[in-house]
Amino acid sequence: MKYEATIGLETHIMQKTQTKMFCACRYEYGAEPNIHVCPVCLGYPGALPVMNEKAIELCCKAGLLLDCKINPYSKWDRKNYFYPDMAKNYQITQADEPLCLGGHLTVEVDGETKTFTLERIHQEENAAKNTHVAGASLVDYNRAGTALMEIVSNPCMHSAADALAYLTALKQIMEYGGISDCNPEKGQIRSDVNVSVRPVGQKELGSKVEIKNMNSFAFIQQAIEYEIDRQTELLENGGSVVQETRGFDSERGETFSQRTKENAHDYRYFPEPDLMPVKISAEQVEQWRSELPELPAQRRVRYVSELGLPEYDAGVLTADKATSDWFELAMQHTQNAKAVSNFIMGEMMRLLSEKEIPISESKVTPEKLAGIIALIDAKTISTGAGKQVFEIVFNDGGDPKAIVEEKGLAQVSDDSALEDWADEAIAANPKPVEEYKAGNAASINFLMGQVMKASRGKANPGAVMQMLKQKLDG
Amino acid sequence: MSELNNLTIAELSEKLAAGECTSVDIVNDVLASIDSNDGKVGAYLTIDRASALEQAQEADEARAAGKKLPMLGIPIAIKDLLNVKGQPCTCSSKILEGYVAPYDATVISKLREAGAVLLGRVNMDEFAMGSSTENAALGKTSNPWNLAHVPGGSSGGSAACVAADEAIASLGSDTGGSIRQPAAFCGCVGVKPTYGRVSRYGLTAFASSLDQIGPLSKTVKDSALLLEVLCGHDKMDSTSIEMEVPSFGKNLTNDHSLAGMKLGLPKEYFVEGMDPEVEKAVHDAVEHCKSLGAEVVEVSLPHSKYAIAVYYIIATAEASANLARFDGIRYGLRVDGKDPLELYGKTRAAGFGPEVKRRIILGTYVLSSGYYDAYYKRAQKVRTLIRNDFAEVFKQCDAILAPVTPTPAYKLGEKTDDPLKMYLDDILTTPVNLAGNCALSLPCGFSASGLPIGLQIIGDSFAEETILKVGHAYEQTTEWHKLKPKI
Repeated sequence: MKYEATIGLETHIMQKTQTKMFCACRYEYGAEPNIHVCPVCLGYPGALPVMNEKAIELCCKAGLLLDCKINPYSKWDRKNYFYPDMAKNYQITQADEPLCLGGHLTVEVDGETKTFTLERIHQEENAAKNTHVAGASLVDYNRAGTALMEIVSNPCMHSAADALAYLTALKQIMEYGGISDCNPEKGQIRSDVNVSVRPVGQKELGSKVEIKNMNSFAFIQQAIEYEIDRQTELLENGGSVVQETRGFDSERGETFSQRTKENAHDYRYFPEPDLMPVKISAEQVEQWRSELPELPAQRRVRYVSELGLPEYDAGVLTADKATSDWFELAMQHTQNAKAVSNFIMGEMMRLLSEKEIPISESKVTPEKLAGIIALIDAKTISTGAGKQVFEIVFNDGGDPKAIVEEKGLAQVSDDSALEDWADEAIAANPKPVEEYKAGNAASINFLMGQVMKASRGKANPGAVMQMLKQKLDG
Repeated sequence: MSELNNLTIAELSEKLAAGECTSVDIVNDVLASIDSNDGKVGAYLTIDRASALEQAQEADEARAAGKKLPMLGIPIAIKDLLNVKGQPCTCSSKILEGYVAPYDATVISKLREAGAVLLGRVNMDEFAMGSSTENAALGKTSNPWNLAHVPGGSSGGSAACVAADEAIASLGSDTGGSIRQPAAFCGCVGVKPTYGRVSRYGLTAFASSLDQIGPLSKTVKDSALLLEVLCGHDKMDSTSIEMEVPSFGKNLTNDHSLAGMKLGLPKEYFVEGMDPEVEKAVHDAVEHCKSLGAEVVEVSLPHSKYAIAVYYIIATAEASANLARFDGIRYGLRVDGKDPLELYGKTRAAGFGPEVKRRIILGTYVLSSGYYDAYYKRAQKVRTLIRNDFAEVFKQCDAILAPVTPTPAYKLGEKTDDPLKMYLDDILTTPVNLAGNCALSLPCGFSASGLPIGLQIIGDSFAEETILKVGHAYEQTTEWHKLKPKI
């Protein structure tokens, strides 16, 4: 019998808000523990939540970017459970009336275009961060109460590759939309993964296993693959899958049982009496829609159709928002898209990965790159010299034009200098000269290289070629 | 010389303005009264004498500097569930012993801005759960009119201290009658404002959709003056209403005519088992209102009979979540355990009293999977019907007259063995909390044994002015409010 897997994801994304979801405390990753706290996020007696309107805007914009319907009436609920990461011992969330309904996401998986549908997006508050040390548990409430939205997909994926493509696209859209930085290391994107397996042709889904709270995409992929294998093997051997919550042991690459259905929590949801329902008008939705930024897929199309870039370049440039935004800025100072693209994909990416810094910290600014390209286009410097200038600016900063002058990198087109170098090259290399004259046209390239070497890259290659041909052909 | 502690806010404000006394004089008289009486009454849990005198001193200096504020120099007692920065806030519970509030409740900030002297913290049923203040874990409070009787609850300390002239006025909170019932038992005035009128920020929550803070005072005028200070939108409480606050105090005039006023008498509120003395006192009050020109009509609030059931489902459900934060992790009592779950269990077992535990268990039960629809959801539907009852009645009349309680204050210990019997005593007060409108309790007579009887005046949502007007007219044309207990 053949089996197929069904996968659904519940992805928690921390929104980029200045303050927490229900109080005025700031959130700052890596801050000294328990400094961004107040009576509200510490669950002190008498403290009350006040809704962060920016978070609502970001959640709805996320919904619009994913083609969700924005719920004109949504409300808050309390989800009750006792754990030291939840100061009030209940979480304010949205149970039956979330902010966003439906929605979908179209991605390419192994060359095939697939559309994955969403069930909903709801807004909630984040939990504190627990750290377990020898003999003690430490709670950092800085993260407690920060704005967190949960994007729930339908059980519509069938492989780890599907899930990975979905998450990658989701992350990219959230970054582009300015909703979240989606940094997995900072816990800004975490997913619960539901996996079930059934015989092909069976209508009902198999028993579902939930793997909780994973941030690394690589681990999510491993966990799904492991879980599909484990469940398929169970079924093939005539066994059955127990509905349960499992954890993922990243060192062993295996999932392990955490809690079975019998021991599942009863969260005792009920409407949050401290907050009013959220009402969102159609005008408000349209206003937010008009503020949405261009998404990577839209940018890719534009880079090809309007800027004439190859598909490959467009894909690389839009893969992350920071790079694409950098490219956009550079294009404000130059018309030469391909040159910008070549520099970004070549020198820039190489140097960034050597230095391990983000593009935002590059000393070559979009404007400076445009300056370098202008020097090349004006034939003031060769492309090779342009790369040198780029690296100098990247390492030490400075003005490209000044560097060209200071380092004497301007191309030499002056005939007398070129003639001297050409004569020297012809005199010193009789063999290639002979070969060229015998009809081997490619041999001229060797002579050309010699001239360029003698000029230390400053000779104008076109002029050199002309000079050599003139001397040898004449 | 006259003892300043016996006077009202209105009277003292006049004396202060005329330079006939200082705030320090008032606080000294109040402290002297506490010294001689509170050993018997037991209204206070903590009094910070030095701070009270210091605040009085500052008030006197402010007045000398020409400052005019509505509560300048008036000592007010605070129910022990309101957070006052730097003070304990125990809610009369062992679980909050040692907790010191890091912030001021909004009503406390408003009192400070109005120049009031925060006198001390008064006793209550633990977490406001009770009707006699006998559920208090940290103090024992008696009725000033008869020390063998209960002061009512949960704001028992707030009512007792005002009745005993151990404060000029006080703040209480009313979730199902917790201001009105002790006011009735102790013979003072208490107002449960419309839900949303007063910010709940800093009020330790019992049942969030029902709780309201309100004043207890010696006269209707004083309650009106305090209300004016307490009401108003607060951005820290999303359920507080953005609405202008009327000049409640100034609008009360010496014209005590109720001509043109239509008052409703709900037939369901004269329940079986009602004490005949209470029934008579209320009927006499109704007649008195007629004599002032009011027209009285019979009205019906048919779903009132479900109020107790609905109340004890909704209030306990909300409480089960509200009280979850008392877990021994961040503040208050902690009893260690081998893991968090054991720590929670041991802390809460040791920290909560039996009534609080009973209500948490009840609330947890009604929210549980499989029971939610039958209890919580159905209770919410009936709550809507109760609200509709009032909306219907207020099309027919301006305010409702009713008893506050079926009986006068009972004896200490008389009902502690039967919680259900005590729950049933809330039958005349809980409907108002469920509907969200406002009500006032004021004295309208005494039993043969000398215990006060209360009259309840119920108003529509945001109709505080109406009930204050009716209450003020009745009070100023009767003598009940002038009687003082002998302690």
